[in-house]
Amino acid sequence: MSDQMKNALLEYTTRLGDDAVVLGHRISEWVSYGPFLEEDIAYGNVALDYIGRARMFYTYAAELADDGRDEDDFAYMRNDREYHNLLLLELPKGDFAYSQVRQLFADVYYTLMLPQLLQSKDERLAAIAAKAIKETKYHLRRSRDWVLRLGEGTDESHRRAQKALDQLWGYTHELFDMDETEQLLADADIGVDVSKLRDDWLAMVTEIVTNATLSVPEDSWAVRGGRIGYHTENLGHMLTEMQIVHRSHPGCKW
Amino acid sequence: MTTSTEKLELFEVFVRSKRGLDHKHIGSLHAEDHEQALEYARDCYTRRSEGVSIWVVKSNDICASQEDDADCFYDPSDDKPYRHATYYVLPDPVNNM
Amino acid sequence: MTIPQEENFMRKISAEEKIEPKDWMPAAYRKNLIRQISQHAHSEIIGMQPEGNWITRAPSLRRKAVLLSKVQDEAGHGLYLYSACETLGISRSEMIEQLQTGAAKYSSIFNYPTLTWADVGAIGWLVDGAAIVNQVSLQRTSYGPYARGMIRICKEESFHQRQGYEAMLALAKGSEGQKAMAQDALDRFYWPALMMFGPHDSDSAHSQKSMEWKIKRETNDDLRQKFIDQTVQQIEVLGLEHPDKDIKWNEERGHYDSSDLNWDEFWSVINGNGHCNRQRIEHHVAAHEEGEWVRDAITAYNEKKRAKKAQHAA
Repeated sequence: MSDQMKNALLEYTTRLGDDAVVLGHRISEWVSYGPFLEEDIAYGNVALDYIGRARMFYTYAAELADDGRDEDDFAYMRNDREYHNLLLLELPKGDFAYSQVRQLFADVYYTLMLPQLLQSKDERLAAIAAKAIKETKYHLRRSRDWVLRLGEGTDESHRRAQKALDQLWGYTHELFDMDETEQLLADADIGVDVSKLRDDWLAMVTEIVTNATLSVPEDSWAVRGGRIGYHTENLGHMLTEMQIVHRSHPGCKW
Repeated sequence: MTTSTEKLELFEVFVRSKRGLDHKHIGSLHAEDHEQALEYARDCYTRRSEGVSIWVVKSNDICASQEDDADCFYDPSDDKPYRHATYYVLPDPVNNM
Repeated sequence: MTIPQEENFMRKISAEEKIEPKDWMPAAYRKNLIRQISQHAHSEIIGMQPEGNWITRAPSLRRKAVLLSKVQDEAGHGLYLYSACETLGISRSEMIEQLQTGAAKYSSIFNYPTLTWADVGAIGWLVDGAAIVNQVSLQRTSYGPYARGMIRICKEESFHQRQGYEAMLALAKGSEGQKAMAQDALDRFYWPALMMFGPHDSDSAHSQKSMEWKIKRETNDDLRQKFIDQTVQQIEVLGLEHPDKDIKWNEERGHYDSSDLNWDEFWSVINGNGHCNRQRIEHHVAAHEEGEWVRDAITAYNEKKRAKKAQHAA
């Protein structure tokens, strides 16, 4: 494998780890704040799936980097400018509708993306995808059902769900952006060409949103930059909180 | 406090822990409908892969026998001992039956 | 004159038979059980907060996952217990209301703040450890659904205590800073953990009747002694200092002698004046109220769905 390819793979694996840890963190913020007990427990499972995914991606990234770092160095010792996650995933948890709509966008995305990653020539990425696919199937069932309930429920839940759709829509375009790194890997059948997923994603999201008597927003705005570390203001705060203990005791084991 | 989780229905949860075993009652939960009850049962009662199959039943749909408190019910003497294997005394060499 | 029902009930109790939901039981037995089980359930639920306070700051991804699943278990245990209590004819919403209005209590230990990461370890080790001593004994409680819930909970709890001790071990064997953090957490949580067993038997309002009915199987003081004894060596293995300077093996008793507890503090926290009493309830109320529109939405959705079904059927 050429150095260029190796670097691209390291960057790609780190990005996928960043995506997982950031979303997992946001979901974990719901623990003890859920609308009822059963939901607290269920949502906790989704958070755990994402933390687990982050660990798998970072562990692989650490092996690729081969510079003595481990999964926690990736999660805890990089600052927000070095994090290359999708912006959609770092936004604050918001209200329950906001979190579930974000989850729907992410779940549909992973439903389409992971089967492609399963075909990767890179066995490690394919193995992570194989595990994540099963989790995502369950995640999507949850977020889809919640969007249906909220959309069709009361006036208030409908209003909140629609507001979440409108507020989040502009962050979804970035999900399908390709840059040189990802193109290189996609051409080598290692990474996924996410630009090809947008049509199917839109079709699936449209069907669910329409069924929920909600409207799919117009494509009138788009915010981008996560993959180059150009974040919203939220990530800095999130990482400050997440990394405080780890960084206060340099080099310690936990 | 006007709100309540009783806006949701109460379901009883039964889990088959292994193929070949019976479903066993393990508790209850609140959910909107059967589908959601099933999903929550998975999260609430099988976090350590305790099950291969789950049943959920609306608690209201369960018709239960009333345990009679009459003394005779608890009469310890079993009047049909011949239903038990130990009732039959066999010679030692074949007593493993 | 005892009524035959009561005689029969007491016969079952003395024969170690379980009481089941549909059985006749004295009103006071039912009331006592509801008090104890719901208090236990509330403790699990409020107990999610002090540890949940550290989920977003857990110092490694592994610890984050462990803590998340532990707090999730507590929600699960709360669910098992609410569900056991519901068999006695009280609804979960009534219990939640009692919690939020202060009519029902929860374990005072959760009114102590978690100030450092080591507190998470100390809680798992000491608080869950103390809870297990109590719960193991409750597996033999006379009410069937409660006993079964306890068996299930005990199976899951040993993970809680072990992960806590393991976290403490990592700190105690770590840097000076980590070790100091561990000692500080031990010093703060040791005493409240001992108070978890409740007041001395002589000062306990509910103990005697609960023992008679076999709702409780061992006395507060006996259980506390068991915990004190088992913790001494655990502290040694960590290489930390025992918070009780008077702890001393008593050959004659076969137990450790120890200092008496600060019962003024105990009653003050029980009576609502600990560091976090108000905060814990406010947190619960806020989450519950914020969840109301979600619960309303699913009820409305369900009704619409039913109406649609009925329409199709017609």
